[in-house]
Amino acid sequence: MALALGLAACGNGGSETTPADGGSNAAAPGTVKIGFMGDLTGANAGIVIPPRNGAKLAIDQYNKTNPAVKIELVEYDSQADPSKAVALAQQAIKTDKIVGLVGPAFSGESAQVGPVLEEAKLPSISASATNVKLAENGWKYWHRVLPNDGVQGPGIADFIAGGAAAKNVFVIDDKSEYGKPLADAVRAQLATKGVKVTNDSLDPAESDFSSVANKVAAAKPDAIFFGGYYAAGGNLLKQLRDKNVDAKFLSGDGSLDKGLIEGAGADNAEGALIGCPCYIATPDVTDAKVKGFADAYKAAYNADPAIYASEGFDAATVFIEAVKAGKTTPEDINQFISTVDIAGVSKQVKFAPNGEVEAKDIYIYQVKGGAITLLGKAAEAKLG
Amino acid sequence: MFNDFINQFWPSTVDGLAFGSIYALIALGYTMVYGVLRLINFAHSEVFMIGTFGAMFVPFVLGINSALTGLALVGVIVLMILAGMLASAGTAVALERIAYRPLRRRGASRLAALISAIGASIFLQELFALIVIPNVFDRPQQGRIQMALPQIMERTDLFSIAGHPVKLHQVVVVVAAVGMMIVLDRLVNGTKIGRGIRATAQNPEAAVLMGVNIDSVVRMTFLIGGGMAGVAGALYLIAYENTNYYIGFLFGIKAFTAAVLGGIGNLRGALVGGVTLGLVENYGAIFFGSDWKHVISFTILVLVLMFRPTGILGESLQQARA
Repeated sequence: MALALGLAACGNGGSETTPADGGSNAAAPGTVKIGFMGDLTGANAGIVIPPRNGAKLAIDQYNKTNPAVKIELVEYDSQADPSKAVALAQQAIKTDKIVGLVGPAFSGESAQVGPVLEEAKLPSISASATNVKLAENGWKYWHRVLPNDGVQGPGIADFIAGGAAAKNVFVIDDKSEYGKPLADAVRAQLATKGVKVTNDSLDPAESDFSSVANKVAAAKPDAIFFGGYYAAGGNLLKQLRDKNVDAKFLSGDGSLDKGLIEGAGADNAEGALIGCPCYIATPDVTDAKVKGFADAYKAAYNADPAIYASEGFDAATVFIEAVKAGKTTPEDINQFISTVDIAGVSKQVKFAPNGEVEAKDIYIYQVKGGAITLLGKAAEAKLG
Repeated sequence: MFNDFINQFWPSTVDGLAFGSIYALIALGYTMVYGVLRLINFAHSEVFMIGTFGAMFVPFVLGINSALTGLALVGVIVLMILAGMLASAGTAVALERIAYRPLRRRGASRLAALISAIGASIFLQELFALIVIPNVFDRPQQGRIQMALPQIMERTDLFSIAGHPVKLHQVVVVVAAVGMMIVLDRLVNGTKIGRGIRATAQNPEAAVLMGVNIDSVVRMTFLIGGGMAGVAGALYLIAYENTNYYIGFLFGIKAFTAAVLGGIGNLRGALVGGVTLGLVENYGAIFFGSDWKHVISFTILVLVLMFRPTGILGESLQQARA
């Protein structure tokens, strides 16, 4: 079953440079395998495909330089299902014998896969899992290339109370391993600023959020924060606007996807604000390194870099640097990661001993004219 | 807390009625099939899912991407309902033909039919996620991602109750659902087809002896139940403007609950059960939070069944008179 899924996942890559032999165990001489794990075809694939593309871009660029040791990217489509992710991780370790993993993409699956990777002594770098607790397990082989929700939540809350100047905020979470702690962090930080907070939770598997919308309408807030993924976020935003609620809508990185705009409708989504520990390379950037990445990404995938694309690129780059330095075993690569200090596209990449990246910037994005645009760093951004 | 209840009572009532009527339309399919075959058609949730996509097909083909008004709007809504009915009824009849009838012919146990239903349900979900949505709706590799309907209907405030606006789309949902249920009630209680259905439900063997063609009655039952799920799918889509391959799961469970709550095998029970469930969910959410909706609805179900094991109305299709 797991093997079949792995094969299917590779087939889905849809690119000529991905070898279609995800199930075979013998790597070509002078080739090492790096895995990518995440929800590639499920409901929230929109925020996993860009980091996959970013990682693939980095590896393709590296392979084009004709190095002594080439890298092959093996994709594992967990569909964000922790039990599937664990089975795929075991396949990656035992059958594919990968030497490093970019992912898992989400926090829930990361919590389940972490111990498996730890036992196998296989280094991983997630480009998108932001749950705080992941770093508290004492895992030595786990890393992430972006700040956690403990940084993101307060950062967004500071913006809500500061840049957005809200006094009465309604905070909703989706009860998930990602959404609940993020919303709780926002609640706690808002409370310290003397902002009035009202709460509710929803079940993201549902499609009728009218009871939530009724509560929001009754509370008459001037801002709403939703901790959860874009699939539910878009429906929620739409149903809020349908109930004539016109308060500012804010959310976290899980909602930073055009799926939010599609789900809510462009008119309803206009002006929505989304915080993210990620840095999206928008086409109008001037920094040469970021621009180079954005152009190469656009050329390869015929789309502008979206959420976590630069983080996926940076995570893969760390593994590439390790291979360049002659490290081709998981143990050596992990050793290398602990000492790495390189200028990535999204940030300066340097890991603390617990696996957290040291740079801690949160960015605020805004929906304008049906597209996601960068407003600025959370601490500095102002609503025009 | 009671202050919250007073503030949110009217909007919750309107939402509960609108959503409850969608539950009720789906519940009809469970209840009719149960009444006639003593079988829970667990693939009925997918019949609803396919109804939403059938309805989605109309604006997709017509290339509608902005709100309509007047006759064009009415026309598109009618077309969407018809397309939903066609897709759902077709699916239900095919299900009966492929997944149930062969088992029934060979005298297989009801458990076998149940497993067959679960298999058919998973098959249909994956069929849509892997083949239909990517190809028919031109969304390659996005079969599992929610599909949004462009807003075809402005969110106009029609009138207001105690200062809370009631929207046009909510009224459309309730009126259309109630209309369909009246038509169905007349069909079952006032026509020859209906008499056949009721006769088969009461005593299949006697019905055969009286010249009722069981196979065609069963097919008719699936056809009508599927059609109602298709209407539900179209109305859901118009009101909530999104669907996905997995949408039937929760609706199926809730509508089945509604059917049992109202009294399974009882057509009017499905209506009572659906609306009760819709209202209770929304009222309960005011007190306990929206994430407690499911807990509240199933607690109510258990409580009702403890005191009325046959559901609120109890009486089944077999004894239905008039």
